[in-house]
Amino acid sequence: MKIKVWVNGKLVQDDIAPDMTLFNYLRDKGYKSVKCGCDTSNCGLCTVWVEEKAVLSCSVLAMRVDGKHVTTLEGLQDEAEAFGMMLASEGAEQCGYCSPGLIMNVLRMKRELKNPTDEEIKAYLSGNLCRCTGYMGQLRAIKKYMSQNGEA
Amino acid sequence: MFTMTNYVTVGSLEEAYALLGKNKSNKILGGTLWMRMGSQTIHTGIDLSQLGLDQIVENEEAIEIGAMCSLRMIETHPLMNEYFSGIVAESVKDIVGVQFRNCATIGGSIYSRFGFSDILTALLALDTYVELYHGGILSLEDFIKTSYEKDILVKIIIKKEQIKGTYQTERLSHTDFPVLAVAVTKGQKGYKISVGARPSKAALAYEAMHYLNTRDELGEEMIESAVHKVIEELNFGSNMRASETYRKHLAKVLIKRSLKTLSY
Repeated sequence: MKIKVWVNGKLVQDDIAPDMTLFNYLRDKGYKSVKCGCDTSNCGLCTVWVEEKAVLSCSVLAMRVDGKHVTTLEGLQDEAEAFGMMLASEGAEQCGYCSPGLIMNVLRMKRELKNPTDEEIKAYLSGNLCRCTGYMGQLRAIKKYMSQNGEA
Repeated sequence: MFTMTNYVTVGSLEEAYALLGKNKSNKILGGTLWMRMGSQTIHTGIDLSQLGLDQIVENEEAIEIGAMCSLRMIETHPLMNEYFSGIVAESVKDIVGVQFRNCATIGGSIYSRFGFSDILTALLALDTYVELYHGGILSLEDFIKTSYEKDILVKIIIKKEQIKGTYQTERLSHTDFPVLAVAVTKGQKGYKISVGARPSKAALAYEAMHYLNTRDELGEEMIESAVHKVIEELNFGSNMRASETYRKHLAKVLIKRSLKTLSY
């Protein structure tokens, strides 16, 4: 079926299967930051933005984003790098597999929450799982990042 | 993951309903989160997302929630936090994460009458109705008791009332399904006690409600008696998350806590 979608600002038109997920669509287009960790809509690793809302690309049909704007980590490289450096300097990461999904949700949170408490941060990010760490390093980095002024 | 041969974004409810009746395996698509966990074969998936059903509106008598509203919208919408003691907004907060709740729709949640449904439990403790395209308006309670007849859930209607309410759950881990869900409200017509994830779908505890609503004041002993009645009248069961005994124990604690909060 015909689909027209803006991925990271670039207009793309394709002919796809009606049951293709947005996750598979993006992977096929070469956006390899988008990964599937759990296949049960629980881990947050496949997070992308559709019209400025964070969604689980594994659970959204690609046809649903027809005519819409999709943003992946590849489209937010400067911000992702800035926050990624903070994660690294706090020693937050071990294998790093879950980072793209976490980063996509943190960048979204930065736009939606102003001066959040620790509890609000945890509530916002509770759908992003990491299986190596205890989240403490991430939380330190996130708090630093959230306290930076201005639009991320 | 399900398989699907065709995808149609409909321009009207009439078109959607006609399409739904055309083939046994034509389905209305909500957020597709639960659907993707199964492996059914769908002929035509019907997308309602262009029908403006993603609005929460207030009128004289009620708050109306379009079927395509996401759970995240319900969580953050000012009306949902202003009315009903905020319990509807509260009930969705622990469902997986923000990204999940941006995808999941209230229509999908309610139409499916999930046993584990947080929001069904909360809505049942309010004066809630569903509007079906073919079946018209009926109470949420009647809707969840009826057998599955193919129809389209258009909106959820919650009648405005001055209430105090609480929503409480027990979960094995923070973002998991609830092991037990309890919503209790106190309005002009008295108390309502809704218990879900028993693990069967939410139900009202009528005997306990009648008992409470025919008392003038609520003392410790009466709360104990009411809690006992809930355990007696509703069925509790076991599954991989919890045993019947554990659920009954949780129900006692959560209902008691709720009644104590509301009786002050």
